[in-house]
Amino acid sequence: MAKTDLIGGSIWEEYSQKVQELMNNPKNQGELTEEDAKRLGGELIVADFGAESCGDAVRLYWIVDPKTDRILDAKFKSFGCGTAIASSDTMVELCKGKTVDEAVKITNIDVEKAMRDEPNTPAVPPQKMHCSVMAYDVIKKAASLYKGVDMESFEDEIIVCECARVSLSTIKEVIRLNDLKTVEEITDYTKAGAFCKSCIKPGGHEEREYYLVDILADTRREMEEEKLKEAAEKQASGEEIPFSDMTLVQKIKAIDSVIDESVRQYLIMDGGNMEVLDVKQNGEYTDVYIRYLGACSGCASSTTGTLYAIESTLKEKLDPNIRVLPI
Amino acid sequence: MMKVYLDNNATTMVDPEVKAAMDPYFTEIYGNPNSLHDFGTASHPALRRAMDQMYEAIGARDEDDIVVTSCATESNNWVLKGVYFDLIKNGDKDHIITTEVEHPSITAVCRWLEEQGVRVTYLPVNNDGIVEAHTVRDFITDKTALVSIMWANNETGAIFPVEQIAEVCKEKGVLFHTDGVQAVGKIPVDVIRSGVDFMSFSAHKFHGPKGVGGLYIRNGHPLTSLLHGGEHMGGRRSGTLNVPGIVGMGKAIELANYYLKFEEEHVRRLRDKLEDAILEIPDIYSVGPRDNRTPNTILVSVRGVEGEAMLWDLNRAGIAASTGSACASEDLEANPIMTAVGADSELAHTAVRLSLSRFTTEEEIDYTIEQFKKAVERLRAISSTYAYMPENMKV
Repeated sequence: MAKTDLIGGSIWEEYSQKVQELMNNPKNQGELTEEDAKRLGGELIVADFGAESCGDAVRLYWIVDPKTDRILDAKFKSFGCGTAIASSDTMVELCKGKTVDEAVKITNIDVEKAMRDEPNTPAVPPQKMHCSVMAYDVIKKAASLYKGVDMESFEDEIIVCECARVSLSTIKEVIRLNDLKTVEEITDYTKAGAFCKSCIKPGGHEEREYYLVDILADTRREMEEEKLKEAAEKQASGEEIPFSDMTLVQKIKAIDSVIDESVRQYLIMDGGNMEVLDVKQNGEYTDVYIRYLGACSGCASSTTGTLYAIESTLKEKLDPNIRVLPI
Repeated sequence: MMKVYLDNNATTMVDPEVKAAMDPYFTEIYGNPNSLHDFGTASHPALRRAMDQMYEAIGARDEDDIVVTSCATESNNWVLKGVYFDLIKNGDKDHIITTEVEHPSITAVCRWLEEQGVRVTYLPVNNDGIVEAHTVRDFITDKTALVSIMWANNETGAIFPVEQIAEVCKEKGVLFHTDGVQAVGKIPVDVIRSGVDFMSFSAHKFHGPKGVGGLYIRNGHPLTSLLHGGEHMGGRRSGTLNVPGIVGMGKAIELANYYLKFEEEHVRRLRDKLEDAILEIPDIYSVGPRDNRTPNTILVSVRGVEGEAMLWDLNRAGIAASTGSACASEDLEANPIMTAVGADSELAHTAVRLSLSRFTTEEEIDYTIEQFKKAVERLRAISSTYAYMPENMKV
């Protein structure tokens, strides 16, 4: 939210001139018939995609040369809003003259970019990116009919965010590589979730199979499990694990054992003792909360020399980022 | 190009007479009515007159309260949240009944109340777009604190049986609030005869100014205030009085009442003429029976033509209409009214609302008929669904 968001605008104001022009005068609207196919010496393909129940449906006509797989002519019909009509028209324009294999590579991003007036200004408002997705899907449908294969065969990836065309594997990879902890970070890195926002969590524009919140939670859980498993395996094999890679329980055990081996005996000699109350991870630091017992409690050096000795022993033997905090 | 405004259920033009009545209170008589000096008290006669005009227009009695608010959204919020604080949070009730087709200033508050632990029943409407009193009765329990049901629907114009619902509520000892925003100024509204406990209304829906509304409260019923502060509006709603707004609302409601007969005859005739002409186009469907609708409203579904696309073409022709069509808003859900009245999934995405006012002219209606037909023709030529629709689905 900011000043510019307080008074909403009309979504139509965010349509590019090209979108407006195509909405008013679509160039490729209409149908192609068997006679047209015969005249051009090609095969007629009629593909439907979308559903009226979603408020968007499109029908794509192709005449394809069976010898070269080249799209000789294309037209469309559409039940949809301005963006849907303009995107369908642009998609048809982009298909013409391409081979079927080339055409299936056209994405909704290509369609949207082709409708821009300025290279860096989106042609439609974010919530309307959705309407250009269908133009992409209907190409795959037409290609699948032409080739007699399933539509899914053109999609080698699971697409989570259709607006930005970001796949499940990409999202998982950026979470892992960059240790991402929030959906906002995923959007910053990949643009997934930046447009119609349906893929962020349930309850948006439309139902999705995958949501960013779930992918993030699942991937983070997988990462934690893997870390645990790795630590357990290293421990089992007697391998030395760096303190920073230890689980919290392992850290507590390590701290306890250093204190038992190198600290406690000196405190007992002076009639005192100590106990570890808690260990907390605080950003890059590991904070160890302790309580002095016996003669140590109330001793003048408990907050100076003794404390320094305990902390420096733990730092030296385990990790330089340990802080000891007496309670 | 002609400019035609057919979105009067969204807001209306301020009647020039209303504007003239308000004018002095911006520049000449601008004192704070709560001040003791003459600058302040000079506004009192006009404020009293405005209150009289409101009481008179909706038939309120002297012992009732009409509290001026900033809008009907505030009035609606006040009733729901007030009842929550009075009877639910600090009482033994936990249930509110409303409908699926209320304005968001009711439904969004209900969703918020649900988060506070209130149980809310959202009644569906029947094919005529209304909820009948016996349905309300079936859902009232001894835990029900409030029934909140609109008087007339903003999209379809369907008029709800408020009197019968009020009777059921009275019989069961439950408070009844009605959102009268779309009824006041369009149909006769009498709060005593109808038996409601609370009624919200808003000046800009009946040719008054924006930013001023009202809440009728029967016989001084207690209702926890939303705005605490000074002792304005008898302590019920704090905030310096919007003097020009109140004066404007008073004048506007008086005029609206005066023009009710004109609304019923002239506006209805123009509406029917427009509707008849539109229904001549094949495969067009209008919602709700005409005799049970506000006289200015038509909600039509145009097979094969998505609502926003239709608005686009009408707007290009200078005609302002409205759509609850999903594509024009933030989510892709179909128009909830259309879904509620049982329209099929395609029709639910094709609803266009045309709402007239007493300023709508015959020429404007003739022009709209011509342009509406043109738009349908153009968009159906592009449509992928219309051309291939099975014959048996056509109206």
